[in-house]
Amino acid sequence: MSDTALTTRTLTSEHRTRRRIVNWVMEGLATVAALAAVALLVIVVGSVAKRGAGALDVDFFTKTPSFLGGFGDQRSGIANAIVGTFLIVGLAVLMALPVGVLAAIYLNEFAPKRVSSAMTVAFDVLNGVPAIVIGIFVFVFIVAGHGQAGIKGAFALAILMLPLVTRSTQEVLALVPDAMREASLALGAPRWRTTLNVVLPMAVGGIITGATLATARVAGETAPLLFTTSLAANTVSWNPTEPLASIPMFIFTSAEQADPSLQEQAWGAALVLITFVLIASIVARTFGLRSRRRLTGGR
Amino acid sequence: MATVARSIPDPAALRRRGRLNAGDALLYGITLAAALSALVLLILIAREIVADAWPAMKEFGFGFLTSRTWEPTADVYGAATFLFGTALTSFAALLLAAPISIAIALFLTELAPRWLRGPVGALVEMLASVPSVVLGLWGILVMGPWIVDHVGPFLHRMLGWTPFFKTEPAAGPSILSAILILTIMMVPIISSICRELFLNVPRDLKEGALALGATRWELVRGVIFPYARAGIAAAMILGLGRAVGEAIAVTQVIGNNEAITWNLFDPGDTLASRIASLYQGATTKLQVSSLVYLAVILLAFSLVVNLLARVIVHRVGQRHANA
Repeated sequence: MSDTALTTRTLTSEHRTRRRIVNWVMEGLATVAALAAVALLVIVVGSVAKRGAGALDVDFFTKTPSFLGGFGDQRSGIANAIVGTFLIVGLAVLMALPVGVLAAIYLNEFAPKRVSSAMTVAFDVLNGVPAIVIGIFVFVFIVAGHGQAGIKGAFALAILMLPLVTRSTQEVLALVPDAMREASLALGAPRWRTTLNVVLPMAVGGIITGATLATARVAGETAPLLFTTSLAANTVSWNPTEPLASIPMFIFTSAEQADPSLQEQAWGAALVLITFVLIASIVARTFGLRSRRRLTGGR
Repeated sequence: MATVARSIPDPAALRRRGRLNAGDALLYGITLAAALSALVLLILIAREIVADAWPAMKEFGFGFLTSRTWEPTADVYGAATFLFGTALTSFAALLLAAPISIAIALFLTELAPRWLRGPVGALVEMLASVPSVVLGLWGILVMGPWIVDHVGPFLHRMLGWTPFFKTEPAAGPSILSAILILTIMMVPIISSICRELFLNVPRDLKEGALALGATRWELVRGVIFPYARAGIAAAMILGLGRAVGEAIAVTQVIGNNEAITWNLFDPGDTLASRIASLYQGATTKLQVSSLVYLAVILLAFSLVVNLLARVIVHRVGQRHANA
């Protein structure tokens, strides 16, 4: 009964028109949503570029902030924050990259499948821990009672980086064809030589891609630095055992100031940061796509 | 080639082949230690944070979760206003971000011409790489004034009868700003997971539906959504986890105000944002401990969220494997 009713209804042209209109509306909405997201990126990057460009001059990169200089009569810069971010992020990479790659080697080359997937959960869970919680952890673990230091901020960033590096390395290692491993073993090379001389060289492009993306991602993080390396002096310091300034912290504190020249500097710093992050991710993605294509033989 | 040739072993070594030699054992040990680092860190994080939150946990117990007072002068602390703020901002942002993200994913997998999919997908994901402190800066100085001047008055006129937009928007930070910023952060996360899900819908199912005369929307509603339902739920949970844990951008735009209010034009506060705002303001031991207590809540929540999302994905994976 109901079947025939449905069929008759389906066949009316009125119904068909309605279906077509619903479809048309939904397709339109999906397109608008995608365009809106792209437009938003353009708006955000555009307004950072527009407001920040004015702050960028030689002084901005070579001088340090002069909060005492009064309103705008003296040009100042963020040299200390640039050096600080360079040191903190560099140290974080030094800590996270070897551990992350070695962990991925174990998970992909040595561990039985079940062990590997169980241990991977730990990396995923660590990846889900909010950055501010990592910051608090480093604070209570090594900062409270001992004082802040750039290297402690780097440790916090390294914890954030670790799961990113491990997961991306795992993905690349999985792409290395088993035939290569078998060929090497068949020639009599032990497992460790196979891993270091055959598997890793094939995967190195992808590993660098993943590491670059992870670096770009943590370079902009502020939350892990708040409690670990925020109370820095306004001078350039290359000593990671004392608190170091950083670009994200500079943006964070300057944004709250009423002084318009400081706000302009915050935009300038944001422009520097966003340029670094976007260029790093674009380069890594293009490069990564190429090396992945080579690994999978064009598929 | 030469390296391989040199490593061809003598017959005695050949007999041991198949078992771990010294080099293998060494690499195995080092990599195993590295692989255990995540687990060790998780345990260490949990232990250290709970240990430092312990004074506050002992003092306030679970009443911490329901008490609204955060009074440094009296050294009495409670998290209720921040829990409320976190729930309000995160769920509202999810409500906005979920349909937008699903729509974007559909555009990228079903609608867009093939040459457009790569670039648009990359641009949407690039939105995720904008540092949160930059997004927060943009939120205070660009989006905030725009809300006050344009969006706010409109919302107040149209929806002023709801509790959410009761007053005229006031200049400065607001819960609404935080919701919009969180939405911007969630969209790239949820849409990129959904895109993967939609790509994995078997082709014969899609073609079957189209062959039966379904429109594209009917294909989406009748085939793609049912197939990807659990995955979409997991994506939304992961997005929610991201929003709940976001500290910097939220603390920049929300105003750090201790009030339980449904009026989105008012300033408010969240768990993560309260921790961030007090990075140099915590004075007493108990206040620091209470801040760490807030971090314990965030940590516990993030663990639940991630494991839950995993369980959902795993169960679905098994169902598809059996089918």
